[in-house]
Amino acid sequence: MRIFDPHIHMTSRTTDDYEAMYAAGVRALVEPAFWLGQPRTNVGSFTDYFDGLIGWERFRAAQFGIRHHCTIALNPKEANDPRCVEVLDVLPRYLAKDGVVAVGEVGYDSMTPEEDRVLAHQLELAREHRLPVMVHTPHRDKLAGTRRTLDVVRESGLDPEMVVVDHLNEVTVELVADSGCWMGFSIYPDTKMDEHRMVEILRRYGPDRKLVNSAADWGRSDPLKTARTGEAMRAAGFAEGLVSTVLWDNPVAFYGQSGRLVLDPLPGFTGDSATFSGNSVLRGARADAASAPAGGGAV
Amino acid sequence: MTGQDHAETWLTEAVRRVTGSPTAVRSLFPAVGREVGRAALRPEEDPGGLVHGTVDDQARVLIVSALVSSLADEPEALARELRELYRYGDDAEKRGLLRGLVAVADRAPDPADPVIAAGLLAVRDALRANDVRLVAAAMGPFASAHLDDHSWRHGVLKCLFVEVPLAAVAELPRRTDAELLRMVADYAAERRAAGRVVPADAEALLATGGGRPPAGPRPGEDTGAGGRPPERARPTDAADPGEEA
Repeated sequence: MRIFDPHIHMTSRTTDDYEAMYAAGVRALVEPAFWLGQPRTNVGSFTDYFDGLIGWERFRAAQFGIRHHCTIALNPKEANDPRCVEVLDVLPRYLAKDGVVAVGEVGYDSMTPEEDRVLAHQLELAREHRLPVMVHTPHRDKLAGTRRTLDVVRESGLDPEMVVVDHLNEVTVELVADSGCWMGFSIYPDTKMDEHRMVEILRRYGPDRKLVNSAADWGRSDPLKTARTGEAMRAAGFAEGLVSTVLWDNPVAFYGQSGRLVLDPLPGFTGDSATFSGNSVLRGARADAASAPAGGGAV
Repeated sequence: MTGQDHAETWLTEAVRRVTGSPTAVRSLFPAVGREVGRAALRPEEDPGGLVHGTVDDQARVLIVSALVSSLADEPEALARELRELYRYGDDAEKRGLLRGLVAVADRAPDPADPVIAAGLLAVRDALRANDVRLVAAAMGPFASAHLDDHSWRHGVLKCLFVEVPLAAVAELPRRTDAELLRMVADYAAERRAAGRVVPADAEALLATGGGRPPAGPRPGEDTGAGGRPPERARPTDAADPGEEA
């Protein structure tokens, strides 16, 4: 099973997770810029974080045979803090980077006027940079938040094919299906959506424009929920081709609209095999390279 | 048009634009990988491009060279562009900028030269990084020409730690001194004490024997101050692997 996790916050995860993800078939992922649990209080905290998403985290993933991409944006929660809003001015610099495959996560948290303004501004940035958009839907007042999100997307004039509306559930899926936007589902151990409910949604609405992600982060979450969903699909009788459509082809099609996906296997890793072929891949060929991965600890 | 043709056409145009308008580098630099590719230049012997670099590294070296030429009379402006390319670069851009510093390696050492200062800022940052490709790119001809002895030695030791081949270090024989050999010998002893393999590059460096003593007596004099004497004699046929970096 080859997996593309279209939404996972690897900054919060360990190298054990990277290893387990590779073993489960994950070969590519997208890490959206989001909040960090602890609120940021200045623009420099954002730029250092963004630099990590296009630098260190990409390197860390590559050591484990996984192609790392990211999305960049001011998230809805911190859009409400005037000390953070200036980050909008530096976004264009990051939206020009390799491996930045969408503007995101944008959207609503508490549905404030500040959030309205920041969302509209970032939809405009997406248009200017010809990038897809990843929209987060709120935890509280989700249905109303999703409606309002879709209204703003419609008003922006963006092609709905360029927008994924994420964290959907049984209550919000139909609205988004009708809008023409892509539908994202975050499979969690015990909150937003689980793999068995996901299978029911796929049975009812089909695989078109559906993205399944683990959204694993610093909270209680599981980076293998994409694989678990694949297994649940098989157990429910879905054909192998449909599993592949949902877990690989769909994210490739959506983020491929950026023109910036890099999906060829990393040097030293083969495309299909789930064997981890050694730690020396990024260090040149060396007969005696037998220790832990370079960069695996502070040097 | 083939990929190769496209890459060459794009790069020629990029160099032309930077030559005419230096600030064009700001939007061209991030786009290099998308336009010319990212493969290692010698994938068989150097799959990660640590020693010889990658296709995009090579293109960025040409772009930095064009920038250096077009701002030859404006060192402050050149220093600012170099600083910002590094500061706002992603991993690949930072690497390309570090390799591009070869274009300013020949400047006469001058503590007041802002271009050298900008280069050193990037090199020192990269040597603090844990991305091995940045470490490798930092130890090129610019570091060989301008990085102080202490930092340079730590750069070499870091390469051994993170298993960057020492072939990535420019002018290794010229700058190797007794203090570096002492540090590497101690490192090898620590690895042996832990029952771990001593990297072949460390053994090879120790086998070269002498090196330049830190206090600056005659080049080639063996075992300078502050060092455990190396055990083996300097080989006569040591090629300079740094020439290829």
